[in-house]
Amino acid sequence: MKAISFEDVSFAYEEGKYLFEHLNFSVEEGEFVAVLGHNGSGKSTLARLADGLLVADKGEIRVFDKTLKDKNLYEVRKMVGIVFQNPDNQTVASIVEDDVAFGAENVALPREEIGGRIDFALKAVGMEEYRNAAVSRLSGGQKQRVAIAGVLALKPRIMILDESTAMLDPRGRREITEVVRRLNKEEHITVVLITHFMEEALLADRAIVMNKGEIVMKGTPADIFERHEELLTYNLSLPRIGYISKTLRENGFGVNDTLDVETLAEEIANCVLSRNG
Amino acid sequence: MRIVAERLTYTYNAGSPFRTTALKGVTLTVEEGEFFGIIGHTGSGKSTFVQHLNGLLRLPSSLKRRKKRRKEGEEEPVLRVGEFDLSDRKTDFRALRKSVGMVFQYPEYQLFAESVKDDVAFGLKNFTKEKLSKEQIESAVRDALEIVGLDYREIKDKSPFDLSGGQKRRVAIAGVIVTRPEVLVLDEPAAGLDPVGKQEIMNLLHRLHKEWCKTVIIVSHDMDEIAENCTRVAVFADGAAKYVLPPHELFRKSEELRALGLDVPLTAKLTDALKRRGVSLDSDFTTDGFIRAVIALKTGEGEKP
Amino acid sequence: MKDVSFGQYYPVKSFVHNVNPALKILFLIAYIVAIFLAKNFYGLAACAFVLILIVAFSRVPLGKVLRSVRGVLFLVVFTAAINLLFHGGDEVYWKGPAVYWQWKIFCVSQAGIVFSAFLIVRLVLLVTCSSMLTYTTTPVALTDGIEALLTPLKWIRFPVHELALIMSIALRFIPILMDETERIKNAQKARGADFEKGGLIKKVRSFVPILVPLLLSAFRRADELGDAMDARCYTGGKKRTKYKKLRFSWRDGIAFFLGAALIAGVVLMGIYLRAPL
Repeated sequence: MKAISFEDVSFAYEEGKYLFEHLNFSVEEGEFVAVLGHNGSGKSTLARLADGLLVADKGEIRVFDKTLKDKNLYEVRKMVGIVFQNPDNQTVASIVEDDVAFGAENVALPREEIGGRIDFALKAVGMEEYRNAAVSRLSGGQKQRVAIAGVLALKPRIMILDESTAMLDPRGRREITEVVRRLNKEEHITVVLITHFMEEALLADRAIVMNKGEIVMKGTPADIFERHEELLTYNLSLPRIGYISKTLRENGFGVNDTLDVETLAEEIANCVLSRNG
Repeated sequence: MRIVAERLTYTYNAGSPFRTTALKGVTLTVEEGEFFGIIGHTGSGKSTFVQHLNGLLRLPSSLKRRKKRRKEGEEEPVLRVGEFDLSDRKTDFRALRKSVGMVFQYPEYQLFAESVKDDVAFGLKNFTKEKLSKEQIESAVRDALEIVGLDYREIKDKSPFDLSGGQKRRVAIAGVIVTRPEVLVLDEPAAGLDPVGKQEIMNLLHRLHKEWCKTVIIVSHDMDEIAENCTRVAVFADGAAKYVLPPHELFRKSEELRALGLDVPLTAKLTDALKRRGVSLDSDFTTDGFIRAVIALKTGEGEKP
Repeated sequence: MKDVSFGQYYPVKSFVHNVNPALKILFLIAYIVAIFLAKNFYGLAACAFVLILIVAFSRVPLGKVLRSVRGVLFLVVFTAAINLLFHGGDEVYWKGPAVYWQWKIFCVSQAGIVFSAFLIVRLVLLVTCSSMLTYTTTPVALTDGIEALLTPLKWIRFPVHELALIMSIALRFIPILMDETERIKNAQKARGADFEKGGLIKKVRSFVPILVPLLLSAFRRADELGDAMDARCYTGGKKRTKYKKLRFSWRDGIAFFLGAALIAGVVLMGIYLRAPL
């Protein structure tokens, strides 16, 4: 059973101005999918449609065995967690513990169970020490981890991250990327990572590129990053390291299209040393 | 306009139990014409320092109440921006702000006027005592909007809130540079933008640097961005400017930077990785500079291992 | 970055700090009732004695406590002075004339002096006791206390949970909005805005560049927060459990007893001892 499935979905923000038309998209259970695209390509809209925050005009959206309808939004939202972009605008309570409890309270879990959920969620994001901390005193990365914990308290099967690292500093981005990777690998949560940071897409099993409401590229991140010229036409750029290896190749270096620093250095060294040795 | 800072200190909430000393003796100089970068962790003091440059934060000596308590041999802090002496109470701080423009993070969130041209004109009107003529205002606003890459005629009457994110940011920048400041300070100018947006903003800043503002200072977390664009970089840590060096010298100090908990640009990481494999490389740490240096190695022009 | 320590909470561990917040609010109400039920100075003395006990057991520095009165001192003295000058009466409490001085509508009398004295003492006790509440109770605890006290109102369909959530969200966002105001103010100051100059009208108008962006920001945040709450299955106050439980301990018993005893004592003193002296 697919975790998320979009079938022939059409969506318009304004009368007649369709962003998506006949969109087909699916995610398998346990997958880690990256959704890339420039601002305005429709990637955030995809996330909101999947959670019922927006309603498709035509077509069918399914989350596991449930077809998205007004009546079952509550059920669907128990299965799909979304973490948004702004670390400040997702918390309702001033203390970490209270905010993480919020989701569990909403689904009327008994008090004894909520404590356990909070433990699990804070441990999964590495914020156990901050259980009684004031949210406003945390760093951006820590706040986003609390937001993730707040979503994890509902034990979702799918986690969508809508540009959740866009407003963080590099340290914060690393924190979140690590947490997300662990959630996918260790908790087996299906992850849909929406981002414009090309480096983050490298963690994913599979990536899609969106442009003006259409899915224009599909494949593994490595596959996609090979198609440099195409990416440029969609207003995306290569990760910097991809640009370096590509340019070196164009200048006669026999380096592979790797995106790892050590590997590239090794290959450059081989080229240089073999020449001079 | 040269910027000279010596032994600058600053304490937030002085005299209360919540006091924090954000600056502990900052000394650095920014020459006129530089494209200067400032990096450092949150809490390193970089934002505090930068807010001194246009007088948003003041040296204690320039405020009204001041107990003159000078210890033996302790020198006074110095902060001069061009002709302005910021330790002097009589300095005209508003005139200073006309010459030192400051763009904060996510500047699009500070737009407020009914039309783009009104918002951009706000800065201009604040700084001129005499009433400017309509033509003067229009001309300055048009120049500012055009240099940031917007079409004056198309955009001048639109509400700032109807624009796209990228356009909003450009309007906000126009609103700061409309007074033709000699020094332009930007805090994380590319924050929140996608890769193409980032490149466009940096291109805009270089254009401004060439044609409009003699000196540009950017505060950033992005090491690659700094390596790519700046003539000199100040590394802030623990309330002081630990290093003030051009990129090609600074990024050779990867160990020291990592010890401060900072990252290094990709080009520096590759350079270090190559060094560990016996390949020595000398570059200015920009992406193209690095590539050129590697190519030079292959053709035998670079250092032999 | 300024650290906004919201509220007057004085962080220290004390008996008073550990009393259940709902009890503390109830006690304050009882105290205010007692103050105004006191018909003579014995009653007020009893109230003052209890307040001294509270201050002693709260470990809040006396200087801080007195400072809380300083804020309203002018108002208190002014009110008392007005009463002193206008309150007439024939009562004689100590050796001397009933009326010391009279001129047209002004009149200084023994009754007036006693009444003004009463007023000053009452107001000072009132302000001090209220301050003790905020010094020893965090804003979060206060909202928990208010929610607990209002809970019985659920039976008449009063939206207790919604009110508590509004308070909680307000608490969460006040520091954020205060920071944002500061940022916007700085940005406009950097563009030459001057918030000190000019007459009243000019000053009010100079706040537009702060208010408009701030309001827009508040609305944007509310929107995003609403989405985040929806995504975490928030459906209102019905069918929701609550994680936090306000605990009761022996301290609360003492507080309750003290409050009740105070009121009883004051009333009794009013009946059996001469009023007002």
